[in-house]
Amino acid sequence: MKRVVITGAGTINALGHCVDDTMAAMRDAKCGIGPLELRDVDRLSIQIGGQVRGFEAEGRYNRQQISLYDRFTQFTLAAAHEALSQSGLSLSGEDAAKSGVVLGTAGGGVSTWDDNYRSVYEDGKNRVHPFVVPKLMNNAAASHVSMEHNLKGPSFTVSTACASSNHAMAQAFQMVRSGMAPVIVTGGSESMLCFGGVKAWEGLRVMSKDACRPFSANRNGMVQGEGAGVFVFEEYEHARARGADILCEVAGFAMSSDAADIVMPSKNGAARAMQGALQDAGLNREDVGYINAHGTGTAANDKTECAAVADVFGPHADKLMMSSTKSMHGHLIGGTGAVELLACIMALRDGVIAPTIGYEEPDPECALDVVPNEARDAKVDVVLSNAFAFGGMNAVIALRKI
Amino acid sequence: MGCFTMTVETKVIEIISEQALLEPGDVTRDSTLADIGIDSLGLVECIFAIEEEFDITIPFNANAPESGDFDISSVDKIIQGIQSLIAEKAG
Repeated sequence: MKRVVITGAGTINALGHCVDDTMAAMRDAKCGIGPLELRDVDRLSIQIGGQVRGFEAEGRYNRQQISLYDRFTQFTLAAAHEALSQSGLSLSGEDAAKSGVVLGTAGGGVSTWDDNYRSVYEDGKNRVHPFVVPKLMNNAAASHVSMEHNLKGPSFTVSTACASSNHAMAQAFQMVRSGMAPVIVTGGSESMLCFGGVKAWEGLRVMSKDACRPFSANRNGMVQGEGAGVFVFEEYEHARARGADILCEVAGFAMSSDAADIVMPSKNGAARAMQGALQDAGLNREDVGYINAHGTGTAANDKTECAAVADVFGPHADKLMMSSTKSMHGHLIGGTGAVELLACIMALRDGVIAPTIGYEEPDPECALDVVPNEARDAKVDVVLSNAFAFGGMNAVIALRKI
Repeated sequence: MGCFTMTVETKVIEIISEQALLEPGDVTRDSTLADIGIDSLGLVECIFAIEEEFDITIPFNANAPESGDFDISSVDKIIQGIQSLIAEKAG
């Protein structure tokens, strides 16, 4: 089996338009959540979100590209450009033929669906733009990344709701580890902050109207975000041979299915995924210094996740740190694990643990060190990143300092 | 007013019993949602159906179903809450 390392990272999200800005915002405990600016916001009962601001397609992409790039694709391309630039990779020949793109998204081109339904239903138009389908399809972002960066190997899109990115990155890891590909560009993207996207979430009555406060006793729900996170997963020797800057090692992963309920989380399913990731990576539970929690800020997720951590880690649960950066950038649904991986890299590489902001009241059901409200300096060697999706599909990734 | 009250009660019990897969006669004003086997998702569906039926908006967050302004501790409380929301709407 090959070793797998991360040699490039890129992002755009409510905290920043690049990795450095995002990590700086996490260190400074900044909140990227604010009033939503979108059409018909007055008809929404949920009017806050972690929106990406100051990102205009015009000027960044040409007219032809804009007709093909939904906002989730635009985010992906911006993040992929940053990740590949940082990695210094320029693929050609055999390497390009074997390297691919595996990305996660839950909704794909949600605003393209939304705009065009509005056009035919509300405005009564009988004709839509010829590129509606290639623009909205879930794999559009992965396809455009492959074209932009000459990635001709295995490429596809994974969709498992809130765990999409983690499932995608787990798949990318497996493909590099097995020797199938020297490089996989991976991560995920989401852009659901349009009228129809927010309206759909409102229906479930789990959204907060004021803030995302994971693990806090007074938490009252999740807040949606948007953006992308993209990484270069590269075979270790391949990276070393070209003198690449290695951010960290991907040590292992596990996936599990609750096989229980379409929306309620399961302690057992979450615990099996964390346990499995440790086992896959050949790690002891005492090795783990930090967990980037799924931590949605809903009543159900946070207490279930804490109980699962207590089950898996036993007495060590009281020694490790666990935070939810969703409190700052919101829940990026299918892109969330990718943006949250940045907090993991920051912990391993810079020794800075991103906080859980908005934490106001201890909850006895979430009695772990959730790094409340302020970032913390701490040396950690191993971290986990949790993602537990609707549908009971869980994916946990283990990362190690290198 | 009596007739109107009766209608609200009948309709709410009809919605709740349908969600609980029971006959309306098996649901009384004293019943709690737990008694009749309605879980959190079932409750969200009931709230939606009631809002649609009476064209009202019920202040309800599934994260804190007990602590909101809308009392869901029994069928009776739910009916009372709906009646006052309808009255507020009528002004």
